[in-house]
Amino acid sequence: MISGRYRTLFTVAAAALLWLFAAAHPASAAPPDSAQIVIKDFMFAPNSLTIKAGSTVTWANKDDEPHSVVSDTGLFRSGAVDTDESFSFKFDKPGTYHFTCSIHPRMVGTIVVE
Amino acid sequence: MSDDKLLQSRRNALKCMAYGGAGTLFVLAGGVFTPLDLARAADDKPGTARLGKPLFVQISDTHIGFNKDANPDVNGTLTQTIDIVNAMAAQPALIIHTGDITHLSRAAEFDQAQQMLSGLRTTELHTVPGEHDTQDPTVTEYFNRFGKASGNKGYYSFDHAGVHFIALINVLQFKPGGLGTLGDEQLAWVTADLKARSSSTPIVVFAHMPLWTIYEPWGWGTGDADQLMQPLRRFGSVTVLNGHIHQIVQKVEGNMTFHTARSTAYPQPVAGEGAGPAPLKVPADQLPRMLGVTSVSVVKHPSSMAMTDTTLA
Repeated sequence: MISGRYRTLFTVAAAALLWLFAAAHPASAAPPDSAQIVIKDFMFAPNSLTIKAGSTVTWANKDDEPHSVVSDTGLFRSGAVDTDESFSFKFDKPGTYHFTCSIHPRMVGTIVVE
Repeated sequence: MSDDKLLQSRRNALKCMAYGGAGTLFVLAGGVFTPLDLARAADDKPGTARLGKPLFVQISDTHIGFNKDANPDVNGTLTQTIDIVNAMAAQPALIIHTGDITHLSRAAEFDQAQQMLSGLRTTELHTVPGEHDTQDPTVTEYFNRFGKASGNKGYYSFDHAGVHFIALINVLQFKPGGLGTLGDEQLAWVTADLKARSSSTPIVVFAHMPLWTIYEPWGWGTGDADQLMQPLRRFGSVTVLNGHIHQIVQKVEGNMTFHTARSTAYPQPVAGEGAGPAPLKVPADQLPRMLGVTSVSVVKHPSSMAMTDTTLA
């Protein structure tokens, strides 16, 4: 059985190789995921989403009323997103991110980055 | 309530609806500000005299920048509003704007609004921001233009004709669920500000979001407003004015009168009708009756004030 230390080394080496490969062959690297959240009828749909690190989430407003997307921690703040406008943010780090509409704060949602 | 009285109040309600748009004139009467329809005040000369000199006009929710079906011409309806105020025989001493000056907090919208409001004959303008005015990423567009009175805090007080005015901000933080928040710092300030006033001083408090809970699921209220009411209770005349909900809702509680103003831009549904407080599209001929301003007069200072709500039609 491989000890924890070797396993870590192996993982690091594998990651480094993968990184080198990706850097050398950017076209062959898997494109980062993207996901969309639709804002309609004063709701985020879906209001909870799980994505991979490096993915970009786009919020698209389909209401006649402007909305916004504001991170609880201040990580991102869209400004007013009017009808048929959208806002995107790329999530680089794993974690759980809560957001709200600062115009209609009962509208809330969560992004889980793995 | 008897059927007669019910009918009477319905008639009055219908009478009010027949005006409906431009703004509300407030007259301080019997210690309580009473809203009166502006168009009615303009039409009814003896009535106007009875109401006394207008102290101020409340304009709200101008939403400059809005261009959807509910009103493709918000500049036009604001211009009509300004014309109505400018046509008042006795000009109000000041104008209060209770927020949502702009629709999207954009610089060009603020510039347009400022330029239009400068067309008012009454030049003293006091403002508070609505949540539509504080959406720019750095929250600076409103404060760069209107922050001076409050040292960029958003809350301040001033006196005019023996009436003490308090401007509050409740759109920067929200309670979970969506109610507005005043916050501890502002509450401590207002408590101290009121301490020095005698109980006979008429008080006018204004903020954007309602300072009492009208409909919690839509965030039509302020979560910590109870703490504001405590230091206000000892005063003989307290008038609490808001915008935000684009329709008139009023309540009287002891010496306090609560009143929300119409928008000059577009109406919103009554609480709970539909998915949320979206712009309400009504037939074009009905729109002017749903937009307006509020005017307040001192009837027999300092014992009486009256409010007049005026619509664009």
